[in-house]
Amino acid sequence: MSWVAIAALAVGTYALKASGPILLGDRPLPPRLGRLAELLPAALLAALIAVSVAAGDRRLVLDARLAGFVAAAAAVWLRASFLLVVLAGCGATALARALG
Amino acid sequence: MSVFGLSFGVVAAEQGLSVVEASALSLLVFAGGSQFAAVGLAGNPVAGVVAGLLLNTRLAAFGVLAAPFLGGTGWRRFAGSHLVVDETVALALEHEDREEARATFFFTGILLFVCWNVVTVVGAAVGDVLGDPTTIGLDGAFPAVFVALLAPRLVRADARRAAAGGAAIALALTPLVPAGIPVLAASAAVLLAGRRGGES
Repeated sequence: MSWVAIAALAVGTYALKASGPILLGDRPLPPRLGRLAELLPAALLAALIAVSVAAGDRRLVLDARLAGFVAAAAAVWLRASFLLVVLAGCGATALARALG
Repeated sequence: MSVFGLSFGVVAAEQGLSVVEASALSLLVFAGGSQFAAVGLAGNPVAGVVAGLLLNTRLAAFGVLAAPFLGGTGWRRFAGSHLVVDETVALALEHEDREEARATFFFTGILLFVCWNVVTVVGAAVGDVLGDPTTIGLDGAFPAVFVALLAPRLVRADARRAAAGGAAIALALTPLVPAGIPVLAASAAVLLAGRRGGES
């Protein structure tokens, strides 16, 4: 990752965090924007899951990563801790890869 | 939080970031989900940064909630803004009294900031000595982390629609456009999810 990318993410993120306290003061956020800010993470996180599970080089690939996703989702469903969710994801991916 | 930071350090190292670069992200960005997104989309840095920033738009909303107790003047507002993350604001908002809210915010904020950065360094150092990431399934960490971050948001029906739409758009576009773009295009799902209204 380049330093330009790191700096861009850092400056942009700070601007977002500080926009309320520094620019807006005590005024409330327009409700429409607030709703958008709540829904965007859901859409983006789901897209990141889809891509990290199934994206290959310009094509969709079903491989060991799918097993990792299923295991992680099951762990979340069972209300496992964050550690167990990540371990389930990595463990199932490695196992499926070793078997397949 | 410490496991989250540890996994960030490990996967950052596995994606080829140096300990210094991983630490710079944790020190200067200090927003875990976006750090994961940026590192995960490292093949297309511009898309990685934009996806991270879109993910962080929610922090603008948290910043607005934090404004009353971060109010006043001077350095506290500027330093405090950096500590605006989901956890610190949520904990501070449990206090009605402004001074208590401010104290809680800074206490948890500084604690999280220190932990997050220490475990990033540890994780990145561990990641450096681990071998090929695919043999131990480390690429499985990305979907797992994103699943853990997404799950609590799915209690709302409009968030579920946004998530389903986002995943569908990303999958549909993956064969058609360069890496990174499908994730950004997935933002369009909020327009569909939002328009139908319905609060839960």
